Amino acid sequence: MSVNETISSAAEQHEASVPVQDVVTEKKREDMPVQEGKTVGLPYADDPKFKLRNVEVFYGEDRAIKDISLDIARNEVISFIGPSGCGKSTFLRCLNRMNDSIDICRVKGQLMLDDEDIYHSRRDVVELRARVGMVFQKPNPFPKSIYDNVAYGPRIHGLANRKSDLDDIVENSLRKAGLWDEVKDRLDATATGMSGGQQQRLCIARAIAVSPEVILMDEPCSALDPIATAKVEELISEMSESYTIVIVTHSMQQAARVSHRTAYFHLGHLVEVNETSKVFTAPEHELTESYITGRFG
Amino acid sequence: MQTANLLPLVLVLAVVAYGLAFMRSRAVAAPLGGIRNLKALPFYYAARAALWCAIPALIVLAAWAGFEGKVIQGIVIASLPQDVWPESPGQASLVLSQISNVAAGKLNPEFVPDHIAGAAGLLENLRAQSGTFKTILVLLIAALGAAFAWTRVAPHINARESVERTLRRIFFVCAAVAVLTTVGIVFSVIFETVRFFGKVPITEFLFGTSWSPQTALRADQVGAEGAFGIIPLFTGTLLISAIALLVAVPIGLLSAIYLSEYASKRVRSTVKPLLEMLAGVPTVVYGFFAALTVAPFIRDLAELVGLEASSQSALAAGLVMGIMIIPFVSSLSDDVINAVPQTLRDGSLALGATQSETMKNVIFPAALPGIIGGILLAASRAIGETMIVVMAAGLAANLTVNPLDSVTTVTVQIATLLVGDQEFDSAKTLSAFALGMMLFIVTLLLNVVALKIVRKYREQYD
Repeated sequence: MSVNETISSAAEQHEASVPVQDVVTEKKREDMPVQEGKTVGLPYADDPKFKLRNVEVFYGEDRAIKDISLDIARNEVISFIGPSGCGKSTFLRCLNRMNDSIDICRVKGQLMLDDEDIYHSRRDVVELRARVGMVFQKPNPFPKSIYDNVAYGPRIHGLANRKSDLDDIVENSLRKAGLWDEVKDRLDATATGMSGGQQQRLCIARAIAVSPEVILMDEPCSALDPIATAKVEELISEMSESYTIVIVTHSMQQAARVSHRTAYFHLGHLVEVNETSKVFTAPEHELTESYITGRFG
Repeated sequence: MQTANLLPLVLVLAVVAYGLAFMRSRAVAAPLGGIRNLKALPFYYAARAALWCAIPALIVLAAWAGFEGKVIQGIVIASLPQDVWPESPGQASLVLSQISNVAAGKLNPEFVPDHIAGAAGLLENLRAQSGTFKTILVLLIAALGAAFAWTRVAPHINARESVERTLRRIFFVCAAVAVLTTVGIVFSVIFETVRFFGKVPITEFLFGTSWSPQTALRADQVGAEGAFGIIPLFTGTLLISAIALLVAVPIGLLSAIYLSEYASKRVRSTVKPLLEMLAGVPTVVYGFFAALTVAPFIRDLAELVGLEASSQSALAAGLVMGIMIIPFVSSLSDDVINAVPQTLRDGSLALGATQSETMKNVIFPAALPGIIGGILLAASRAIGETMIVVMAAGLAANLTVNPLDSVTTVTVQIATLLVGDQEFDSAKTLSAFALGMMLFIVTLLLNVVALKIVRKYREQYD
């Protein structure tokens, strides 16, 4: 093979290796009537719990979150909606630095929790995560007993001096998660034997047990059946009295049911944030409108 | 024709049959409008023809080669005059070797009795005939098989199914060969072990505390009372294996934890293969490392602190063996730790646990059954290891748990018992089989337990 041929075939290979998806996305980006860093609606709040300014997240060279600014108010339930891959989960995971475990992930911008910098170089991640709990998409109880699952957090943070204190924490957390009556007789049973809905509520109880101020939920109901989903949603509404809750969801009905404000993400941009009722009845941005009316998703 | 020539010839015929059947199936398909009107692709008709051609012929060839010698020998012996018929099998084989030597021209026919020379002629004659018959028969069967397959190339006949069936049988036979070999080894060991227990009581073997496998050649020999107590050997084996595990389990486990939880992808992809290379070092290399470097070092070190150490010590062998089995522990543990779902790590980290707390409280307990499985596999490897202990631990069957003493192991004794000349009717030689049997049972049990644990663990996250 001659040198020229080698070069041209290498170029062909290079072209072939660019995923089709990216090309399409690139086109959409050009057509998109959204200005970077401009969010319509009500992104800011007075005395916010989270004050997030000009946040950008990179996976290697790839910019997954593009200049997002947002306030999250105290004791507010805010839902993040948007098509798959729009960056809502990535953004959520910045709030308790769960992205730290991904080597190639870099976060830029100002992220403040109660006016303290989340990404400060000397920030104690353990303390941060004790204050900002998280519930994941797939129920992930530890393969331990129900009791040990709930007691896990209090134990590592030394929240209980005596066994009876720990018992109280476990009972209270399970009660708040609406699970106590179902499991009080089998606290020693292994948690992986529970139903999916029970497991997810156990995970919520586990998060509550360390008395966090904020609970992040990453599509908490996507692995649950409608009845279990209804229970978790009910739980979210109850919890909103004492916690700030940020919930990522694919279900617009869920966002409409549980949240005070709704944020619509699109390709790494925060397009619109508004009162939930407003977003679903009179969206200001045409992209939001196309999404909620089901024109793409 | 020789079997060595016949074999490739049959294979060539099979290839020819393949080609012919392939072409014929296409030819049959052409008037129908292409190969999609056949029940099977041309490849299957061709493959079936090749199989029909080769397999029966090869079976006949194998059977002929297997029985040819015995049959010819029988005929030759029977042809001898009645008054010189051999009386015992031993004598018969003596006569036969004489005959075949004459036939092969190694022995001058003038030096042997007439009937031997005659038998030699017969032997040669029979061999030539057998060769001719064999060639004709095998080629005929191959040709018939191919011809039969040729007639069966037809659009309505599904060759795919019969090829699949035949292939399944071939795979089964291959699997059976491996299993039957193992069974054969086990049975031969069992028979010799039973013979050994005929000479030495099983209780003495299992509970005797002294091992000195010397048997008298003559009744009046001095100091030749054999002692066949297995306990010193098993103590030595367990001592060395325990030392090896004490080295391998912490190092292997901690390195597995480092590799799976802390190391970056790049470090992991470099270090893991390097670590696994430890398992690829020949044990004899470990052996001389143990004997020439580690053992003298330990002796000197022990002298320095005022302890008495033998120049071959259980400690030296155990340490080096421990290094050898590190990859067994680390590689398997690394795999099971990696198999713990990421969601569990996230769950723990999100509750504010540190990485080491997550490791200790969530991942390690979840991976424990698999880790134990890995350790047991490493243990059975340590128990069966021979070369390092032969070179570094010594041959003295001391009943001791002092790691600075020289001890011997079951495997070392088996090796020394069977090296050099031996007669197969003495308790000394047969004891090697009994030792092998014991070793086999122990490692088998360990493996079974390990596999059970590993399997149970696998089901947990499904």
